[in-house]
Amino acid sequence: MARVATMGGARAALAHGMTDVAIRAKAFGGTPVLGPVAFSIAAGEVVAILGPSGIGKSTLLRIVAGIDRDYEGEVTRPDRLAMVFQEPVLLPWRSARDNLRLVHPGLSESDAEAALDRVGLGDKAAAFPGQLSLGQQRRLALARAFAGRPELLILDEPFVSLDAATAEAMLALTESLIAEARPATLLVTHSETEAARLATRILRLSGRPATLAGDATPGQGGTNETGEGHGRA
Amino acid sequence: MSNDARGTTALSLAALVGLWVIAALLTADAQILPAPWDLVAPFVQELRSGALLHHLGATLGRVAAAFVLAMGIGVALGLLMGRSARADRWLDPWLVVFLNLPALVVIVLCYLWIGLTEVAAILAVSLNKIPNVATLLREGARALSPDLDAMARVYAMPARTRLRHVILPQLAPYVAGAARSGVALIWKIVLVVEFLGRSNGIGFQIHMYFQLFDVAMVLVYALSFIAVMLAVEWRVLQPWEARVRRWRTA
Repeated sequence: MARVATMGGARAALAHGMTDVAIRAKAFGGTPVLGPVAFSIAAGEVVAILGPSGIGKSTLLRIVAGIDRDYEGEVTRPDRLAMVFQEPVLLPWRSARDNLRLVHPGLSESDAEAALDRVGLGDKAAAFPGQLSLGQQRRLALARAFAGRPELLILDEPFVSLDAATAEAMLALTESLIAEARPATLLVTHSETEAARLATRILRLSGRPATLAGDATPGQGGTNETGEGHGRA
Repeated sequence: MSNDARGTTALSLAALVGLWVIAALLTADAQILPAPWDLVAPFVQELRSGALLHHLGATLGRVAAAFVLAMGIGVALGLLMGRSARADRWLDPWLVVFLNLPALVVIVLCYLWIGLTEVAAILAVSLNKIPNVATLLREGARALSPDLDAMARVYAMPARTRLRHVILPQLAPYVAGAARSGVALIWKIVLVVEFLGRSNGIGFQIHMYFQLFDVAMVLVYALSFIAVMLAVEWRVLQPWEARVRRWRTA
């Protein structure tokens, strides 16, 4: 995809559900956390953000997701968003089925059952989240994210604090769900292997305040997007 | 409730009645403290004449009206103050003033300013309870999960769904606490309001029999209403709480 990394180019692409991030600065109480950070994600693309813990990865995600609105810059995102948080963040007082249907009012009973089936929770529709294991709760969170047919999917370290086997199963499930739905995906992780496996493009966050330091495209030669973060800064 | 717990409750209540019987026997004056069985005849007489049910109904109506008003306004205020630091700064001094305003002052002022009307009575009771509910619910609103907030925002949940399925379930323990202490406080204040300025209700009857020095009748009316409130607690509040808490024990 030969796309010129300018604001004008990104804007034009927005018509097709593009995500365009152009943050100038973000500070917490006078302490700068993020410097200029700019990138775009096209539909079907999986962008991974790597960086040491505490660098501001989650802060960046919360800005992209629209949770944190106190920053300088502009973020344009499609309407249908989904996010998988570090914790499952379910409604513990509602059943697994209702956890999907309350968040996605358009979902029919059978759609919800199918979505649960897809993540291996077909027999848990009536269970409360507290009756599920952590791995099952994570899969429910994943089902919730994909049930809304998101145009932009945000994953915030979705595989942390899982044992190796469960994490691998979750990773494989996420991989196939992304391949089916092909949303624009933004993944934050500190694991190189996770990033290499899921991402079509890897961005690295470093420095203080943090900026995008580099850009590699695993698996598919070079693109002309290398250094985009600097180009727009 | 298990059989064992039921047994303990029954035994404990029996001990209270036993204490009453002993005190009545020691007093040996039905004018001052009648024994439990001395209340049966006046109770049946009041029930037959319809007076007991009439006054019980009037009081229950006022309790219900004041309860709904106080809970509605109190929950809304508490939610607002817990969620918005600005609203909290503005409203907190008011809360402190109203929390420390004696119930009697509010009642007397309402009657003086509005008149001896039903509106004044119910308003006076509600005003006494609202700051209490608001204080409790403010704590609940401060404890709301920021993660669930973020989730609801990302998935653009409609405001009504968010309130009913995300926010209110988190506040349920605080609402239950406020409702529990609310019912107890409200019916006591309703009696004072009736005592001072209504022409029906348990409080009005107690006022009348107080002037006649009829201890038996005072006890008949008071105990009847206690029985009704216990029934509300056991048949309405506790089942509701159990239903709301089902997910915790599932």
